[in-house]
Amino acid sequence: MSMLRSITSGLRSLFRKQRVGQELDEELHGFLEMATEEKINQGVSRKDALREVRLERGSLEITKEEVRTAGWESLVETLWQDLRYSTRQLRANSLFTAAALLSLALGIGANTAIFQLIDAVRLRTLPVRNPQEIAKVAIDHRGGASGNFSSRYPDLTFAMWEQIQGQQRGFSEVFAWGPTIFNIAPGGEVHNVQGLWVSGEFFETLGVEPALGRLLNPADDQPGCGSAVAAISYPFWQHEFGGERSVVDQTLTINRRPFRIIGVTPPDFTGVEVGRSFDVAAPLCSEPSADQEYSLLKSRSGWWLSVMGRLKPGWTIERASAQLRAISPGLFEAALPPEFNPSNAKHFLQYKLGAFPADSGISYLRRDYEKPLWLLLGLAGLVLLIASANLASLMLARASTREREIGVRLALGAGRGRLIRQLLAESLLLALMGAALGALLARNLSQVLVASLSTQRDPLFVDFGTDWQMLGFTIGLAVLTCILFGLAPALRAARVSPGVVLKEGTRGTTAGRSRFGLRRILVVSQIALSLALPVGALLFARSLNNLVGLDAGFRQDGILMADIDFTPLNLPKEARTAFADNLLQRVRAIPGVEAAALASIVPLSGNGIGHDILWGEAGEPTGDAPVAAFNIVSPGYFDTLQTKILAGRDFDDHDKSGSPNVAIVNEAFAKQFAEGVSPLGMKFRVRRQQTTWLYEIIGLVRNTKYSDLREDFQPIVYTAKAQYDKPGTDAQMLVRSRDGLMGITAAIRNTATEVNPNMDIAFSTLRTTIEDGLLRDRLMARLSGFFAALALLLAVVGLYGVVSYMVAQRRNEIAIRMALGAEPASIVKLVMRESGTLLLAGALIGTAVALAGGRAATAMLFGLKPSDPVTLGTALLSLSFVAALASLLPAERASRHDPMMALRNE
Amino acid sequence: MVDKPSDLVQGTLDMLILKTLALEPMHGYGIAIRLEQMSQGVFRVNAGSLFVAFQRLERVGLIKGEWRATENSRRAKYYALTERGRKRLNRETQQWGRQVAAIARILEAS
Repeated sequence: MSMLRSITSGLRSLFRKQRVGQELDEELHGFLEMATEEKINQGVSRKDALREVRLERGSLEITKEEVRTAGWESLVETLWQDLRYSTRQLRANSLFTAAALLSLALGIGANTAIFQLIDAVRLRTLPVRNPQEIAKVAIDHRGGASGNFSSRYPDLTFAMWEQIQGQQRGFSEVFAWGPTIFNIAPGGEVHNVQGLWVSGEFFETLGVEPALGRLLNPADDQPGCGSAVAAISYPFWQHEFGGERSVVDQTLTINRRPFRIIGVTPPDFTGVEVGRSFDVAAPLCSEPSADQEYSLLKSRSGWWLSVMGRLKPGWTIERASAQLRAISPGLFEAALPPEFNPSNAKHFLQYKLGAFPADSGISYLRRDYEKPLWLLLGLAGLVLLIASANLASLMLARASTREREIGVRLALGAGRGRLIRQLLAESLLLALMGAALGALLARNLSQVLVASLSTQRDPLFVDFGTDWQMLGFTIGLAVLTCILFGLAPALRAARVSPGVVLKEGTRGTTAGRSRFGLRRILVVSQIALSLALPVGALLFARSLNNLVGLDAGFRQDGILMADIDFTPLNLPKEARTAFADNLLQRVRAIPGVEAAALASIVPLSGNGIGHDILWGEAGEPTGDAPVAAFNIVSPGYFDTLQTKILAGRDFDDHDKSGSPNVAIVNEAFAKQFAEGVSPLGMKFRVRRQQTTWLYEIIGLVRNTKYSDLREDFQPIVYTAKAQYDKPGTDAQMLVRSRDGLMGITAAIRNTATEVNPNMDIAFSTLRTTIEDGLLRDRLMARLSGFFAALALLLAVVGLYGVVSYMVAQRRNEIAIRMALGAEPASIVKLVMRESGTLLLAGALIGTAVALAGGRAATAMLFGLKPSDPVTLGTALLSLSFVAALASLLPAERASRHDPMMALRNE
Repeated sequence: MVDKPSDLVQGTLDMLILKTLALEPMHGYGIAIRLEQMSQGVFRVNAGSLFVAFQRLERVGLIKGEWRATENSRRAKYYALTERGRKRLNRETQQWGRQVAAIARILEAS
């Protein structure tokens, strides 16, 4: 109550300052007048009475000041004054202000944007009820596992999920989920959306309430439910159904089967995977109906689910983990896929379940990008440091031109604290404005960042709600930079001794070295820091270049990929191979097509198949059997990708079902198994599940990268598509063409439509697929390059400023030297020597910093070490070059000065 | 002047002002004179501390100011005790009495 009154009264004095001032004035006046009158009544002369009153009661002005500064509002008032004064100062120096604001906005913006991403993928908890109770159930240190892996989080199989649900004790509820792609087009052109398979407990456990209708519950998830019901997300509801409330009970086609929409999830719920959103969620029990013969639910070795749960009150993650570990032996016994061979089974039965924190959801983004993001935040932080050093340097220069003014004010009795406050107000104003601009910039920057990480096949969704953590970070940055660039100059400026400054006259012959020292230190640290950035940028750029320029063993350009899905045709197994073959022949006949082939695995797409290899025609290996990568291809595959056949032959039409199984192997395979001898004619067996197949090697091809550009060449076995016993209902066609790839897509689509209009075709290029795999490298190279350019620019500006200042300070000295006959060249040399020393010191420290910091990047580099001498040398050279340029200009100007002008000015 | 005026114990000025106003509303100079008279010249308050105290007391609502004409037909701001101010004065007087008695006992004990 009284606090409120104090505030209102304070506000009154703030906003009706004049009125309140007048009142106080009148009151005090009356007070003193009455005192004087009384003295006069006692017989003192008016003049003496006035004097006595002033002595006894204090003077009017001082009393007024005393009363005025007693309230809290006076603090606000002086702050307001300081800010207004600073605004005037900043407006008067618009060039300085613009440069300062720009560098601050860029520095703070970059930091904020990257922090925003880190915050979104790493720090924020899920928008569900009591997220700290949510934990994930997974196999502890699973290592290698056999089976069919699908979805981004293939933690567990359906059989395991059933067992966990029945046997776990630490969670009040558990649920299983798996991300997938749903084709929601009723027919014709494919319309893929982000789908979720969820168990009935999904929404209940998370505590998600529907925005409309109802959400899935355990009753919806009964075995054998077929295609029945689905829930949709809020954004999907908005853009697909225009937010119509009548969407409930409408039919949605998922993979050509009808589902009834039962409800909409709330707007802020995007699932438990950070970095992704979902469009449609359907119960697990519908999976067999939607995925048909590819169903993972039915396959005991299909890994496609991730399991999470809500801990019971009083249960910790450790306790839940211990319980899960205890039930593991029986659980895996019950979930063992019957087709596993003894060695796989043995491995499988040793698995142990555990519980892991999942309060901030799960994300492969986190795994892939957390380290790069922290590294980028570090780089952005360096840029901000350099910008701060620059500003500090500029503020120092400004403070030294105001030295006299400050000296006069100190001499007139201004408090040092008050002066420091005033000087800091200017920095604070700059920092806050910079932060505001930076925050605006950050919004766009982070969107661009996310967009650059998204690919067509892999759309990212990162929720950038403004949150307090974010706001705190930006404000913290602003205050920090303010202290960094404002405090030292302010303290230094207020430390001047008024006597010295006023005595010094207009200019000394040389500037005090000590005052200059701080700026030198600033420049040296700036150079040191800005060396680290080009080093980082060059490392990432060279690493990317190594990856892009790498000989992967096959042609990457001009190859079109067509994913053909003929599931809707319901072809029997026996007809599928012939159907795909017919399609291939027709595509080959299209004018402009040079070569075409089918392949089960597109190299560098991230997909892969691995099988055990048993060398020779008989016998069991001692210990674990070696594994090789597989690709099932049609004839012409090596021709299409221009991978050289070194010996033997390609597959041909004679290699078909029924004829002896043949295989083509790569050099790495020959080296490992045939030990350098030509492998042609040698035989080996492949173990798939519990059956083995015998193959004869008929060809040897060059090594190619299989799933990742960074990997070493691994043994690869190519088998003939015509001999494959489990043909699927889709095919991947690789087409090499003379003409532009876009023209070819239309022709291929027409050809496919001629064969059967019900097929689904999706096109992409091999080049894009490979580049998508280099996303992270490209991001690091681009952003660090951007930061490096920024850092160099800032360093140049900083050095230029310092050298110009130094030249100005030594103007008289230089003039005298020239008057005494010094050549302009020697003046330039004088200045350059000065900046050369700074550069050398900075470069030395910078090299040490870069070498130490580079270690953090080791894992992200390809084909070079962080201490790569070429990189370091190039960075040093470029830094020296720009630094020399920055100091040459003022040096040159100094040498052209007319010495008489400078001396006459004295 | 009998003695050199002594400094007021920190915080007691507020209480003294309230006490002065307990009888009737008064203007600033009147309060100062009354304080001096009642203390027989021991306390002499300068205008600065007095007016800071007025501002403080008015803000927390213990006293209330009003412009009125004085007996010499001069305009002056008269301060009056509010209900809250009266309660506060009673409480503080009791507290003060207890404290003084306690301090006296301690000082006499030795």
